[in-house]
Amino acid sequence: MEEILNVKDLVVEFSAGPGKKVHAVSNISFALAKGETLGLVGESGCGKSTTGRAIMQLIKPTSGRVEFEGADLTTLRSKKLRQARQGIQMIFQDPISSLNPRRKLKDIVGEPLAIWSNISREERYEKVREMFELVGLDFEASQDRRPHEFSGGQCQRISIARSLMLNPRLLICDEPVSALDVSVQAQILNLLRELKSRYELTILFIAHDLAVVKNISDRVAVMYLGKMCEISESETLYATPAHPYTRALLDAVPEPDPFVERKSDAHHLEGELPSVIDPPSGCRFRTRCPYSQDICALEEPPLRDISPGHQVACHFPMN
Amino acid sequence: MKTKLGISFWLSLGWMVLVILAALLANVLPLPNPNASLVAAPNLGPSIHHLLGTDPNGRDVLSRVIFGSRVSLVVGFGSIALGLLLGGVTGILAGYYGKSVDFLFNSLAMIFLAYPPLILVLALVTFKGHSLWVITIAIGIVGSPLIFRIVRSATQSVAQREYVAASRAIGAPTWRVLAKEVFPNVAMTLVAFIFIAVGVAILAEAALSFLGQSVAAPTATWGNMINDGTNDLAQNPILWLWPSLALFFTILSINIIADRLRVRFGVRDSFI
Repeated sequence: MEEILNVKDLVVEFSAGPGKKVHAVSNISFALAKGETLGLVGESGCGKSTTGRAIMQLIKPTSGRVEFEGADLTTLRSKKLRQARQGIQMIFQDPISSLNPRRKLKDIVGEPLAIWSNISREERYEKVREMFELVGLDFEASQDRRPHEFSGGQCQRISIARSLMLNPRLLICDEPVSALDVSVQAQILNLLRELKSRYELTILFIAHDLAVVKNISDRVAVMYLGKMCEISESETLYATPAHPYTRALLDAVPEPDPFVERKSDAHHLEGELPSVIDPPSGCRFRTRCPYSQDICALEEPPLRDISPGHQVACHFPMN
Repeated sequence: MKTKLGISFWLSLGWMVLVILAALLANVLPLPNPNASLVAAPNLGPSIHHLLGTDPNGRDVLSRVIFGSRVSLVVGFGSIALGLLLGGVTGILAGYYGKSVDFLFNSLAMIFLAYPPLILVLALVTFKGHSLWVITIAIGIVGSPLIFRIVRSATQSVAQREYVAASRAIGAPTWRVLAKEVFPNVAMTLVAFIFIAVGVAILAEAALSFLGQSVAAPTATWGNMINDGTNDLAQNPILWLWPSLALFFTILSINIIADRLRVRFGVRDSFI
């Protein structure tokens, strides 16, 4: 499979006062094959959104490489960066905040073309009209309105429309449905799935909800405290999680059928997420891991293959 | 959906339109020269020929009030326009870029703010002369660090919104992000403040005039007319009243307009 995005040893650190650093993302590597959907999951504050923004270079990575279609985005500046990045687009978590309240919908969705192409205003609005229809919005009724007149789900459709105007190859979805009602979540996920096949998109789907990710992803990567824990085909990951953290996350997914017994060996996470300013030595998950041993505090487990396409960063992988 | 502006707004707007029209058309209105002495007997009360009477020099008071409004309006709007140019541009840059840009401009603003504004204005006026432009520029410079602080903090909150990140993600160059996404949203929060600032600038000019430090006599300003009026209280007890009323209603109108606009344009991202 042809690689479209390759993230190598990505590190993002923020200064948090003199001599203190927030280790938001620490040495993350992964690759995206053309046409696949990778789900990136983890608790709030684990660095998954930062990873998305660092790929876009909205946050400058401290070190590491982000290769998109062969070009290392971290080495590019200003205009060259903006040009190389046209192929990547992003959808944000808060559908209302991600649209400028003072602009009309047709201008919001037409903005990418206003920036990058020289076509006339009429042609631009014509393309906006086509895109509105594609994402299920009534162009005539909504073109001159402003975002606050629309619901969260509709606003997310507008965001999606805007993100597709430049025919991107890679779409980074940063928790695109977590601010929406469950019924609307399904609609938006279906829309994304439809558009993915129509535009042959590659998607990096960031979420904190394993159930949402399961539906849409080919592969799933699990992050904890700025580190990659496990990455694998989604079926494998859900059936046989190898990292104790992945296992705990899966056990925490609610069971909708009240007559189904919970697994007796289900384990639940205890304690709080440790500080990202002073993360635990060795394996960062060890403070909350039921299987932690002495070596876990001393040595950081590298991400390694335990079966083809299934990588885990744990000294004692399960199964 | 939209808040009504109310009768007080329209009355205030009416007054401001009247004041501005009178100031613009002062030369074509049938008014005697405001600085000509003895156009009639001194200290006349209001009459049909001189609607507001005459002062101890026999000058027409209505004419002086109307010509005096020019000074107030030019200084009020001109100084704030200058303040917006200086403080607004630096405020947006400092708020958006942060870090060293913010440190530089913010430090400058703090130094200015720490300096007593009256002394700065008096120094400028003393060295550069008592002309309308010097007064306007002086008040504009004194006001710019305050405008800077307000624009900067408004920009900081707007810059964190996701639509700014979205605009950058689409590939908008920085000037476009600032012009299309940041500025319109900052401007909305500024509208009300700008009107209040104009009111403050007009009052500052009036205070300077009252102290005899604004535009030199015999040019009429509301401030120096109030000062003359208080000196001539014995001969002409209501002389001070006319410029004071003009000033009072103008400031009141500006504040009412500002307040109603703030309610009307209160920045709302959503109704949810």
